[in-house]
Amino acid sequence: MNFDTPVSMRDGFGQALLELGEQNQRVVALSADVSEPTRVHWFARKFPERFFQMGISENEMIGTASGMALNGLIPFATTFAIFAASLAHQPMRVSAAYARANVKIVASHGGVTIGADGATHQAYEDLGLMRLIPGMTVLAPCDARQTYHAVFAAAEYDGPIYMRVGRVDEQVITSETDEFNIGKIQSLREGSDVAILANGIMVSRALEAARILAGEGMNAAVINVHTLKPFDTEGVLHVLKTCGAAVTVEEHTVLGGLGGAVSECSARNYPVPVESIGVQDVFGESGDTEEVLGYYGLTVPRIADAARQAVARKQSISGK
Amino acid sequence: MEGMTENLEDLARQIRRDVIRMIYHAGSGHPGGSLGAAELFAVLYGRIMRHDPNNPTDFHRDRLVLSNGHICASLYSVLARFGYLPLGELASFRRFGTRLSGHPSRTKLPGIVENSSGPLGQGVPVAKGIAQANRLLGSEGHVYCIVGDGEIQEGIVWESLLSAAQHHVDNLVLIVSYNRLQLDEAVAKVKSLEPLADKFKSFGWHVQRIDGHRVDDIAGALQQAREVTGKPKAVIADTVMGKGVPFMEDKFTWHGGSISLQQAQEALESIGSSAKFDDFLIDGEQAV
Ligand SMILES: Cc1ncc(C[n+]2csc(CCOP(=O)(O)OP(=O)(O)O)c2C)c(N)n1
Repeated sequence: MNFDTPVSMRDGFGQALLELGEQNQRVVALSADVSEPTRVHWFARKFPERFFQMGISENEMIGTASGMALNGLIPFATTFAIFAASLAHQPMRVSAAYARANVKIVASHGGVTIGADGATHQAYEDLGLMRLIPGMTVLAPCDARQTYHAVFAAAEYDGPIYMRVGRVDEQVITSETDEFNIGKIQSLREGSDVAILANGIMVSRALEAARILAGEGMNAAVINVHTLKPFDTEGVLHVLKTCGAAVTVEEHTVLGGLGGAVSECSARNYPVPVESIGVQDVFGESGDTEEVLGYYGLTVPRIADAARQAVARKQSISGK
Repeated sequence: MEGMTENLEDLARQIRRDVIRMIYHAGSGHPGGSLGAAELFAVLYGRIMRHDPNNPTDFHRDRLVLSNGHICASLYSVLARFGYLPLGELASFRRFGTRLSGHPSRTKLPGIVENSSGPLGQGVPVAKGIAQANRLLGSEGHVYCIVGDGEIQEGIVWESLLSAAQHHVDNLVLIVSYNRLQLDEAVAKVKSLEPLADKFKSFGWHVQRIDGHRVDDIAGALQQAREVTGKPKAVIADTVMGKGVPFMEDKFTWHGGSISLQQAQEALESIGSSAKFDDFLIDGEQAV
């Protein structure tokens, strides 16, 4: 797969699953009538006997995948994030997580950049909903290449995983040699004035904001929190201690996702000012990627502002 | 509007024109199901439903609950054609900030659309709940609920079928747009519904199966459904995805997507123009 030109995370997922299917006969895939949009159709064409078309029945799909996992298969159940995380929440909770079934749920069309389908199809509560389930591992990789690696890591990993992937083509920011370790934050830029913690497509925006801030003499660390759960408390605390101020950036409501996790971690262990960029607990508008990111305030200038704000709060606390 | 056969056919034709132009202009949408249900909307609003654009929230009105919200282009069109929406607003379909979002939103169109939908299946229990409330509160209104065939694969639909029969919700009419296709491929290949009419019957529903493109048959079935008492009613309307546009007809790939300028021109040519209606205005060089 060519990662040099803009490509979507769902494409990275589809390609990885295809290769995984080749390597591991226990890998099966399920779809709820959205196999082309989630890119699981590449696997379906190549391994029809290991592909299960469930129709428009997301609850049944998660339950079925859980059952298959209990019997030793490695099922990748795929649909849109909004239907995986909120519609099929109960089977995720009990049949997958409580039973500790080794099922992998890959949810595309995560976040607000889902096109013009409207607020009903935007998924910005999914990571929070999944994070609240005990024993669920929650991944939100930042680009197509990282998604590609995450699929192999997920197959190796024992236990239920929810992985959110994006719909839109984006420039890849990770490099070929980057490792993907479930449960560990990834430091993409060193800094000591403020830490910008992001996941998904917002990581590239965070890096851009950090470059702007560097021009003003502000040193921002950029951290990719691709694993929201298990949360890398140790890694995040280290960053908070180094920087003393933080900004969280996510294509998700500011409640319960990355903003929630970092705030909880900080408040309980090492309080620092935390500014959160994300959807502000509203139903909103849909449209083109940039339009919609602008509407929700998920932009580079807003991230930079939040960083300046976090640093100002830090300075006012320390009395400087 | 008089519900004469020719008038209803003409209205269906204009709905199709609107659907093509709205989706072309928006750059994306769901043409297949929307075109396939044009006659259903025309007959409901043009002949069957008791509704008054000047009194849209009348307590005794009949209501339409669109469960398969993705075919809302047809709904917005018929609402505009009856004066519930300014005609020109159709040009804003699916655009940033529009009231005519990709799936209908009750809070964006208060008093104009009855429910918010998008996640398939959810409209059926909502329609049933409205119908039950109508009975309890003494409203004479009937509730019509349109569902897609693939949509029926959702478990929530079957839960609702059971309860509607249990509670004899006889002011509820479920209309299935049975175009035999869903997003990924044919319904029969994904998860067959057949024998669908027998399933409804065995669940305690009154069932009719009709040609969903013949306005008189639709009207006849809906009229009959109104008169049956004691049980909920289903009308299975055999429809064709993409109906009226030969290159889209019966192709699941036209469930959703975008329409090019050339395709839009070809589609409008096949549909033909309406005797009574004018197209809504679209700005821009590439307008069709
Ligand atoms: C709960 C849910 N799952 C999946 C989808 C995505 N989706 C939208 S339309 C559609 C296919 C619907 O098929 P059908 O009801 O036959 O409608 P048609 O294709 O005929 O328009 C799917 C899978 C959705 N909107 N809601």
